[in-house]
Amino acid sequence: MDYSQAQIWTIILGLGVITLALRFSFLGLIGRRQLPEWVLRHLRYTPVAVLPGLVAPQVFFPPANDGVTDPMRLAAAAVTLAVGYFTKSVFWAIAAGFATLTGLMALTGG
Amino acid sequence: MTPAATLSAYQGWLQGLRAGTPFVLVVTPFGMVFGVVATEAGLNVFETMAFSIVVIAGAAQLAAIQLMIENAPVMVVLATGLAVNLRMAMYSAALAPHVGAAPVWQRALIAYLMVDQAYATAHTRFEEAPEMPLAAKVAYYFGAVTLVIPFWYLATLAGALVGNQIPAGLPIEFAVPATFIAIIAPMLRTLAHVAAAIVSVVVTLLLAFLPYNLGLLAAALLAMTTGAQIERIAQRRREAR
Repeated sequence: MDYSQAQIWTIILGLGVITLALRFSFLGLIGRRQLPEWVLRHLRYTPVAVLPGLVAPQVFFPPANDGVTDPMRLAAAAVTLAVGYFTKSVFWAIAAGFATLTGLMALTGG
Repeated sequence: MTPAATLSAYQGWLQGLRAGTPFVLVVTPFGMVFGVVATEAGLNVFETMAFSIVVIAGAAQLAAIQLMIENAPVMVVLATGLAVNLRMAMYSAALAPHVGAAPVWQRALIAYLMVDQAYATAHTRFEEAPEMPLAAKVAYYFGAVTLVIPFWYLATLAGALVGNQIPAGLPIEFAVPATFIAIIAPMLRTLAHVAAAIVSVVVTLLLAFLPYNLGLLAAALLAMTTGAQIERIAQRRREAR
């Protein structure tokens, strides 16, 4: 990471202001008025539209493996997804994914 | 049990506290992951804490750190954080009919503390018992975050402090994708959600050649539209039956 102090604080405070503005938006405007249905329908999908794309490059081309696809990381990601899907527990999903990756790495000496 | 319509603020707060307590188990590991990853990426403990206190949005914070590791331009980091947090506007809109009449300082505090778990717990309760008095609703919401938010700060601090002591051999960088996948997995409950996730992944990878992570932003827009369209089609089919 090579940012100046000013850039780091611009990111921290900027993200804080943006996030607070989003959170305050309708509460602030005393929104008894409902958002149009089509806007709500799109907003419903923001997490699932942004987060998978955000992680995809790290999962398929992990920088820690010089950007080369790593079957161990793919397997660990698949386990995380499956455990998260069935248990709905963020905690157990992460734990299972980590156990898979460290276990595989220990087995292969990698 | 006291009927919801006559709940005092204190009773509302207690109910919220009880409903919100299990989420401590979710935010603690998440906060620690952020603390570790942020300090590993090169932020100091003070900057890491400022992040968690100013923003209180784990997914956006991790996304920002990920892009900062890649030295993305400041505007791109902010735009991605905005995209990740767009859902907060939806939460705000959903809570407004219930607590929109509270004084502005309370609404501002509600906004600052609006994490996924607070929204989900409070909104479910308010829809169940819309007759709750305003003061009890506001107190319920604050009760739901009374433990979650301090644990979020403390977990970040713990992660930031141990971050440097993690043995070099451990694949700590996997914490970021693992955490995101763990957040996404339970959301994949309808065809529309699954389709949106697939479009997001495929389009981001196809557009990986674009600079400044513009591919991700384009993929997110396309994925959002895909999810919304499929939901609309599914709804029409149900109505047609």
